[in-house]
Amino acid sequence: MTADEVLVCGAGITSFARTEATGRQLAEQAVRAALADAGLPWSRVRAAYGGSDAAGNADTLVAELGLTGVPFVNVRNGCATGGSALVSAVNAIRSGAADVALAVGFDKHPRGAFDPRPADWGLDEAYGRDGLMVTTQFFAMKIQRYMHDHGISARTLALVAQKAYANGSLTPHAWRRGPLDAAEILASDMVNDPLTRYMFCSPGQGAVALILCNRTVARDLGGSPIALRAAVVRTRRFGSFEVFSPWAPPGTPASVSTDAAQLAFEQAGLGPGDIDVCQLQDTESGAEVMHLAECGFCEHGEQERLLASGSTAIGGALPVNTDGGCIANGEPIGASGLRQVHEIVQQLRGRAGERQVPGGPAAGFTQVYGAPGVSACTVLTR
Amino acid sequence: MEGALSGSRCADCAVAAYPAEPVCPRCGGPAEPVALSATGTLWTWTVQRYAPKSPPYAVPGTGFEPFAVGYVELPEGVRVLAALDIPPERITIGMPLRVTAAGGVPRAAASGVTV
Repeated sequence: MTADEVLVCGAGITSFARTEATGRQLAEQAVRAALADAGLPWSRVRAAYGGSDAAGNADTLVAELGLTGVPFVNVRNGCATGGSALVSAVNAIRSGAADVALAVGFDKHPRGAFDPRPADWGLDEAYGRDGLMVTTQFFAMKIQRYMHDHGISARTLALVAQKAYANGSLTPHAWRRGPLDAAEILASDMVNDPLTRYMFCSPGQGAVALILCNRTVARDLGGSPIALRAAVVRTRRFGSFEVFSPWAPPGTPASVSTDAAQLAFEQAGLGPGDIDVCQLQDTESGAEVMHLAECGFCEHGEQERLLASGSTAIGGALPVNTDGGCIANGEPIGASGLRQVHEIVQQLRGRAGERQVPGGPAAGFTQVYGAPGVSACTVLTR
Repeated sequence: MEGALSGSRCADCAVAAYPAEPVCPRCGGPAEPVALSATGTLWTWTVQRYAPKSPPYAVPGTGFEPFAVGYVELPEGVRVLAALDIPPERITIGMPLRVTAAGGVPRAAASGVTV
């Protein structure tokens, strides 16, 4: 089996800014945009996979898209919802079960969403009562230790967010479109030390759809298909450090993103050094810093120099989160993973507008990370 | 209510856990209850600067004040999440701490002794 048998022929995205639209309406809009981009009617889709975390079932979209009888599987896999839908669509193409497959991810969360209850996580009620069921505490504690071990400064965290807002200002579908500089980011309210308000993403809304085809269909369509060389989802192994853990094992924490990235590169027959543009999970600034190293793009601690020198900016040696990432787009859980892939597809096609990475990038990478220790990675090439 | 934390340890791979679990989270074998050490060192920490959402958070009668939380590494090889009864400006990674079970989540304070 050759690695380039699955091609992304259509990509559709909605605005990630807050509107009155429902999650399902956004999803329908994204699917129609992806079909139009591919030049295919809905009736040509032979397998569909999709979902949201909090905005309903994807399979009900057949009411609006058309009752063609297509098998449509709902995916609800937390932060890996988009990645899992994509893996399923890839497998449908690779197996020969379908020659055209859809992956769609969408969500819509109210302001201040994500308030988990101890019982849902198998924890004593005391963790909620005493104020330890707070997601942001985990992210803060992980980067706090990382900064101690690897010499990362608070200014580097601010530079990650500054880059996100700068890239968001160049991205028409982004939510946060106003630039903020590192000093403003550092001076914003401290949420959980060392992370300030503007270093975090917020619960948001949005939808993304991708149309995958086999080589035969892609050839007939023409256009500029992008090869999806690898798409993998992994869950954590023992030894990792995750949100809402009453305890953690000793030693250097294992990383599910390292596992997923290594497998994706192995499947693609490429390595981190071959990648020209990438999208990394940036729930907050610290996550992007750590994921750069966890996915193999630099040594631990090297981020201090990379951020200061602008290496991860558009125009740098390895542009990261060229659309502003979660920090500028917000976090609609079901949509974020596919937003990353959409961005890489547009960059590799040379259609990223003002935020286009110069020099004709040929290979891209995406990585989602989320609770309770899942990671989805993809490798794409022109 | 104050006392040692009740954890568990796997007889085969020596992995310790808190709170006590009937099976080893690594190998799935049987785990035995064990009283964890009361002293350890701070592995990481943060400060909760705003009041968490209520419920489930129970705001103290005296009103919300920022509080610190962290993971305390114990000699059994387990890092325990604890509320830190230490002023934020005095917290440093590696500082020795005394941990107690106090009826709610584990709580840790500066031990004043080197461990």
